[in-house]
Amino acid sequence: MWIGAALPAVWLAADFLRDELGANPIEEVLHRLGWWGLVFLTLSLAVTPVRRLTGWNRLIRHRRFLGLWAFSYVTAHFLSYIVLDQFFAWSFILEDIAERPFIMSGFAAWLLLVPLAVTSTKGWIRRLGKRWTRLHRVVYVAALLGALHFYWKVKADAQEPLVFALILVVLLLLRTPAVQRRVAARKAATRSRND
Amino acid sequence: MLIRRPADVKSSEITPYDTYLNRRHFIGRSAMAAVAAATVPGALIACDTDAASGRAQGATGQDRDWSKTKSELGEELTPYEDVTGYNNFYEFGTGKDDPAKNAHTLKPRPWSIAVEGHVANPAVYDLEDFIAPLNIEERVYRLRCVEAWSMVIPWRGFPLSDLIRRVEPTSQAKYLEFTTLLDPVQMPGQRRRVIDWPYVEGLRLDEAMNPLTLMATGLYGRDLPNQNGAPLRLVVPWKYGFKSIKSIVKIRFVEQQPLNTWQQMIPSEYGFFANVNPEVDHPRWSQARERRLGEFRRRPTLMFNGYADQVASMYTLLDLRKYF
Repeated sequence: MWIGAALPAVWLAADFLRDELGANPIEEVLHRLGWWGLVFLTLSLAVTPVRRLTGWNRLIRHRRFLGLWAFSYVTAHFLSYIVLDQFFAWSFILEDIAERPFIMSGFAAWLLLVPLAVTSTKGWIRRLGKRWTRLHRVVYVAALLGALHFYWKVKADAQEPLVFALILVVLLLLRTPAVQRRVAARKAATRSRND
Repeated sequence: MLIRRPADVKSSEITPYDTYLNRRHFIGRSAMAAVAAATVPGALIACDTDAASGRAQGATGQDRDWSKTKSELGEELTPYEDVTGYNNFYEFGTGKDDPAKNAHTLKPRPWSIAVEGHVANPAVYDLEDFIAPLNIEERVYRLRCVEAWSMVIPWRGFPLSDLIRRVEPTSQAKYLEFTTLLDPVQMPGQRRRVIDWPYVEGLRLDEAMNPLTLMATGLYGRDLPNQNGAPLRLVVPWKYGFKSIKSIVKIRFVEQQPLNTWQQMIPSEYGFFANVNPEVDHPRWSQARERRLGEFRRRPTLMFNGYADQVASMYTLLDLRKYF
């Protein structure tokens, strides 16, 4: 599992060393890291719905792992924007973040993930108790901002960002009490039929 | 067909094929070194020089050494692989490498162009016949994409003004409207409605008559590769790349300003004029700087992409902020 999560990074590094990143390698690095950040964020949000639907409870053990990998890819994406894309041109970076919703949304998503990554340790979970769950709901906002950031990046072909947004909306809807009640009812029905 | 070319190059100056093949490898290492050196500002300059000489060796062409060819500002050419491997040509897919992968389905020969509208000689021309009497020249131009990346490309073609004179526009002709081929069989990207096909672009008559405006039939001394807009495309070097419409099948001389595809799609972001202007930002990103492909640091974008001397006089009465 650990290897699987690191694979996109290894693959990116290998392509970089073999000079297989195309004519605009900086853009390619940015895109790939951002894309994988969004993928892992979506996977981490899929854990709970999938667990509820399938009853596969062991899955929950991997949620933090997926979340931290999401944070790693998003952080690498943000750093490559600062270093590779802008090369510390702070005036341009600040202008981007302050004035352009496209950059602002991505930056906000990353910023929201920071406290979640910090409080992902056992110690923090214990210390925050119920508040931890509430705090970590921020991840929904971060993921949607990430999809919006992707949507604002494209010029005309919005297919991919819309697919991400759709999956995220479905994953969020699966968490609403109405859907959950229905799932629970159906499970109960299946169980009584099997009995 | 007459092809004007620079002074002949001695065979001893031509890059050996092996060296040429190794260039990607070499650039890869230079890029790595550049990134490693990024934390040491002093070392970066040295690395840039290495990378530049690596690129110079890699220039390609039919039988020519392109390493000596520079823009009028002394800029290196963008390597052939990048010019032909990194393209925005949604008719073959929206990824930058899609056109190079998919454009083999285009059949650029035979090809005909319809010239219509307010002209004395409207006709449908066979491209080969049409080009035969024209003087084909070589022009090295910067290409600045609206997405803030840029290239330097040695085009081959003829001034659009030569074509315009031949078809004799009438006094009603104020604008030119260009149309790309519409054929989802040859252009598989058109099977998905990403934009409202076919792609349309336009120029004001004086812009079209400007000596810089080129109808390109080739690059790097060869015929245009399909992904670059074969067999005939427009090149307007002081405007953002999307104005330089590819694979043209129709030129119409009209009285009203045509509605170009990108303006029609997102009028708040793309206008009719689309002159390269570092002071007028795209709503979603800055246009003050650009990434020249092959370079690490962004470089400042020049007003009218560096062609202000030749074109600024056409826009003295125009508010460039309003008419972006």
